[in-house]
Amino acid sequence: MSAISDPISEEMMQAELLRLVTAGSVDDGKSTLIGRLLYDTKQILADQMEAIEETSQRRGDGYVNLALLTDGLRAEREQGITIDVAYRSFVTPRRRFQLADAPGHVQYTRNMVTGASTAHVAVILVDARNGVVEQTRRHSYIAAMLEIPHIVVAVNKMDLVDFSPERFAEIEADLRELADALGLHDMRAIPMSALRGDNVVEAGDGMPWWTGPTLLEHLETLDISADKNLEDRRFPVQWVIRPMADEFHDYRGYAGQVAGGVWRPGDDVVVLPSGRRSRVAAVETLDGELEAVAAPLSVTIRLEDNVDVGRGDMLADPERPPIVARELTAKLCWMSERPLEGRATLGIKHTTRNVRAIVDELVSVVDITTLVDQPAPSRLELNDLAVVKLRLSEPLAVDTFSRNRATGAFILIDEATNETVGAGMILEAS
Amino acid sequence: MTALTQPHVLSHLDELEAEAIHIIREIAAERERPVLLFSGGKDSIVLLRLAEKAFHPGKFPFPVMHVDTGHNFPEVVEYRDRRVAELGERLIVASVQESIDKGRAVEQTGPRASRNQLQTVTLLDAIQEHQFDAAMGGARRDEEKARAKERIFSFRDDFGQWNPRAQRPELWNLYNACIRKGEQIRVFPISNWTELDVWQYVARENLELPSIYFSHKREVFRRDNMLYAVSPYVERLPGEDPFEIDVRFRTVGDMTCTGGVESTASSIDQVVAEIAATRITERGETRADDRVSEAAMEDRKRVGYF
Repeated sequence: MSAISDPISEEMMQAELLRLVTAGSVDDGKSTLIGRLLYDTKQILADQMEAIEETSQRRGDGYVNLALLTDGLRAEREQGITIDVAYRSFVTPRRRFQLADAPGHVQYTRNMVTGASTAHVAVILVDARNGVVEQTRRHSYIAAMLEIPHIVVAVNKMDLVDFSPERFAEIEADLRELADALGLHDMRAIPMSALRGDNVVEAGDGMPWWTGPTLLEHLETLDISADKNLEDRRFPVQWVIRPMADEFHDYRGYAGQVAGGVWRPGDDVVVLPSGRRSRVAAVETLDGELEAVAAPLSVTIRLEDNVDVGRGDMLADPERPPIVARELTAKLCWMSERPLEGRATLGIKHTTRNVRAIVDELVSVVDITTLVDQPAPSRLELNDLAVVKLRLSEPLAVDTFSRNRATGAFILIDEATNETVGAGMILEAS
Repeated sequence: MTALTQPHVLSHLDELEAEAIHIIREIAAERERPVLLFSGGKDSIVLLRLAEKAFHPGKFPFPVMHVDTGHNFPEVVEYRDRRVAELGERLIVASVQESIDKGRAVEQTGPRASRNQLQTVTLLDAIQEHQFDAAMGGARRDEEKARAKERIFSFRDDFGQWNPRAQRPELWNLYNACIRKGEQIRVFPISNWTELDVWQYVARENLELPSIYFSHKREVFRRDNMLYAVSPYVERLPGEDPFEIDVRFRTVGDMTCTGGVESTASSIDQVVAEIAATRITERGETRADDRVSEAAMEDRKRVGYF
């Protein structure tokens, strides 16, 4: 934390939160890159560094193994593997970063989908010697599927290709092609050497020809506020506040987290799925009434009329309502060891509403090596990415995932084991 | 009314606060008998504030519970009682002393005796006695490496045990609170906060903290490079001579395992400036319980610790 001289200055208190996910394998130098980011922004404290040095030496790693910073579980350290998504934070005077680091083997897809679900930015690692490989396509595909607004490709190990601007230009051209194919709007490559530190936090002296930002500069200046859906008002009701105390005798507030649009007092409201209409009387918090709020603030909305509203209902703009759907076509990441068969019945959680779903059709599954859709699979296995059709036991008020990540996403729950077995992104609804 | 000219531009504190409030409301809505664990430390003080924000102007839909080792700093116990009374909420005190008296837990002996591990017994017993199915706590992912990998909704089996290799995937803000009877969920609404975020939030919300967080004169002795408060609960070894010094505490735990740091910082600004300049992590500097082994926290969690 010593990079920060005055943590409770106005600037530091107002710093935006940026959530990022890193994708890549140990071979691409991912741990080194993360270690470099943390080390050069002075987030690694003396006792952590000492512990890592000591353990590296005891294990005979022959170098300071920065992967040990995130590998905290006993089995991980004993077997030298990473088991689960690790979350780390770091802060600069400009931004507060939340990093989800997903390990790059066996359970990869499931882990990356988990880490990527809340990310503003995905950092995808590429080894400059190998360029765009199958794994790069897979990571980019997942980032596109999860509608991560910004992708940074860290073209690493530039020191091993003599810092060649020609080599970087070749890789950049391949990436542009990939971005076009996947419909990625903001994919940008940065040449670097995580081992030496070039273009991670500091520019370094390896690539004087590079005039673009370092990775950190890019992450510090990306505009993430423009990614929000400010057009379609959405407010899933989480909890009804009814104090029953004398001073708040008739108080009835709908608590929840804004999922879209800008909410103001006086706005017209439709309550879904019932279709009842009202108007916003106030948007408030413990700190008082607010003039306007947007996602993802947690607030309480009061309505002018005493309409019937409960948990799981969605408040929305009647002029731009969500789709009240009984049938969904969705992209699905299957996350369970037990395969998914057609006709299965599952629990589904969408915003604050829990209903049940029947799998009507397994439409297609992606061949993860070629990224080509294979029609009509007989079942889905762990880590499969597929398109499915679901029929719902009760209607849900939804948007497509590309329109709104909060109201277009759902999870599937196995009703026998209570496990979370699938992550869904709505493509179409009716 | 508060003017928000750019409602879509939020600070990290706004964003973390919104996330935490969402989590607290989710667990309250989806489980029948949740409880909020409160230790009197800064993290649980922040948690209490967030719960206040989540349900205002209503009351908490759950009680507040303190697992009292009997070896707490008296300043913290005084703060606890006063704060919960101000809020008008219900406080349950689960006592480690009672667990010992009932023979459920065995007191450690010797100069390094601590009731820290015994807390797990008392916690699990209290969860069973009150039939809680979800317990919220103020743990953070930046505190320790095992915590960095734990879910926000952390599933525990009938024995309260955590299995790090069988965690549920956690996506978007869609938390899975489904469990069978006898199982529990531990919920960490401020998982994604750092120590610095907590201090910034304390400053922004103007939250009162127990006095031991600020510099005060105290009789201490030195052990393992940490300053321990002189108390009836810790037996001193030969050579561990007490002396008086200006000290503050960076975390609040049991008097037997919480070390203080020499400091003259008497305001939040000064404390935060000192923490920002430090080169040692919070738990490394002040918690003996995490120094036992590299996987100390993971091992305790596996048997039901928070």
